[in-house]
Amino acid sequence: MEKFDVAKTSPTMDRPSTPTTFASAPVEESAKGTADKLKLNFYLPHEVAHDEEEVDMVLVPATTGDFGILPGHVPTVSQLRPGVVSVHLNDKDVKKYFVSSGFAFVHADSTADICAIEAVPVEQLDGDAVRKGLAEHQAKFTNAKDDFEKANAQIGIDVCNAMVAALDAK
Amino acid sequence: MSTNAMRRNAALAVRCAMREGARGTMMTPKSTTAPRAGTMVNASEGVPANVRTVSLQAVAIRMRSVGNIQKITKAMKMVAASRLKGAQTKCEKSRALVNPFVRLLGDTPGTETDSTLVVPISSDKGLCGGINTAVVKYSTVLNAMSPGARINVVGDKARAQLNRLYPDRINNVVVDTTKQPLTFGTASAIADEIMAQNAPKTQLVFNRFASAISFKPTVATVLSSEELEKAAEEGVNEFDSYEIEGPDRSEFLLDLSEFKMGALLYNAMLENNTSELGSRMQSMENSSKNASDMLQKLTLLYNRTRQAAITTELIEIISGASSLESKE
Repeated sequence: MEKFDVAKTSPTMDRPSTPTTFASAPVEESAKGTADKLKLNFYLPHEVAHDEEEVDMVLVPATTGDFGILPGHVPTVSQLRPGVVSVHLNDKDVKKYFVSSGFAFVHADSTADICAIEAVPVEQLDGDAVRKGLAEHQAKFTNAKDDFEKANAQIGIDVCNAMVAALDAK
Repeated sequence: MSTNAMRRNAALAVRCAMREGARGTMMTPKSTTAPRAGTMVNASEGVPANVRTVSLQAVAIRMRSVGNIQKITKAMKMVAASRLKGAQTKCEKSRALVNPFVRLLGDTPGTETDSTLVVPISSDKGLCGGINTAVVKYSTVLNAMSPGARINVVGDKARAQLNRLYPDRINNVVVDTTKQPLTFGTASAIADEIMAQNAPKTQLVFNRFASAISFKPTVATVLSSEELEKAAEEGVNEFDSYEIEGPDRSEFLLDLSEFKMGALLYNAMLENNTSELGSRMQSMENSSKNASDMLQKLTLLYNRTRQAAITTELIEIISGASSLESKE
């Protein structure tokens, strides 16, 4: 940003702000250690599902397999596949979301960030609509003319299958 | 007349009104001062010469047009104000998604790279104060900071200005993004376009919404996967201390950088759109105020001229009568 002061066009021009100006503080060394609760941030582009909420455990569907995040988990970054994220608020209260895809970051200070593009509570999924969608995508897959269409349909099938599995497990 | 032409005319009229108001000059146009000074009216104004009520007519026409402009600016203000609330909510909700990426990867506007892609985000429509100029100004500085920078413009207004400054640096232009409500899908489609240009460093320039009257010009940086790798090795961020669950490291970083671009772009476009509405509300409020000032002055002028005309007529009648009287 020092270069900005050299290149600026008028002497009264302020430095621009950056996302760090507004972001919450980065992970502090001193905050590392085992807390007894996990701080969960669950963000969607159009909604904030959980913000700095204290929870017991979160189960996330990573591409390599499901894993649970407990307080004091090792720092991990993981890519999500279509599946169910279960948020254990306490012993009794469990919230289940179906996510399309996204990322989950576990920080050293027992904070977990989950970023998904789309997430809906599992009980809001409509079984009939899901099965209809699955059939549609399967039809598209068989009729696909090139690899791109095929891949597109495959994604649809995968997501619908995951939704069916989520509904069955309920 | 087509709606477009109408809009253009309205815009032109408003612009004229704003400029005169801004200068703070006495708001008496030529057509009204001329008859007052007792000279002939310019025939090209469309008013016949040698008619006593001419100045009155000219003032009345002008009053009507100023009144109409005021109606338009007021309506534009109301529209902007009503859309602002929804846009603000949407924009504030989208802010959260950016944070995890900043926390994980850091924000490195100063990274030295071979080339930079500057993405100024502006509005498609004008009459919204100085927000587009601010974006262009900061983009110009970013351009000066990194020689050989390319530009990928979002929005028509920055395109017009930057095209004049750097006609040969503009790679790609995306317009009409605000015609329909922005979705993450649209933002990712644009993000794909931007990622396809394979710039090691991409910098988004936009106005971050603070309140209806203030915006902060902001620069958000997205590094390519190779640059992220380098940054992790140099210890700029703590990425190396994390375990990776997912595809292998390079693919993971690529996905991460793409997702970050999508999230940032979605947020940036919403921020800029909200700032645009706030700024438009403000500037339309100002021009409505100017128009009402102008209308007040014109009304005063109109009444004075009318009184003057009546007085003149009375004097003529009285003096005529008295001359007859004195003869008798």
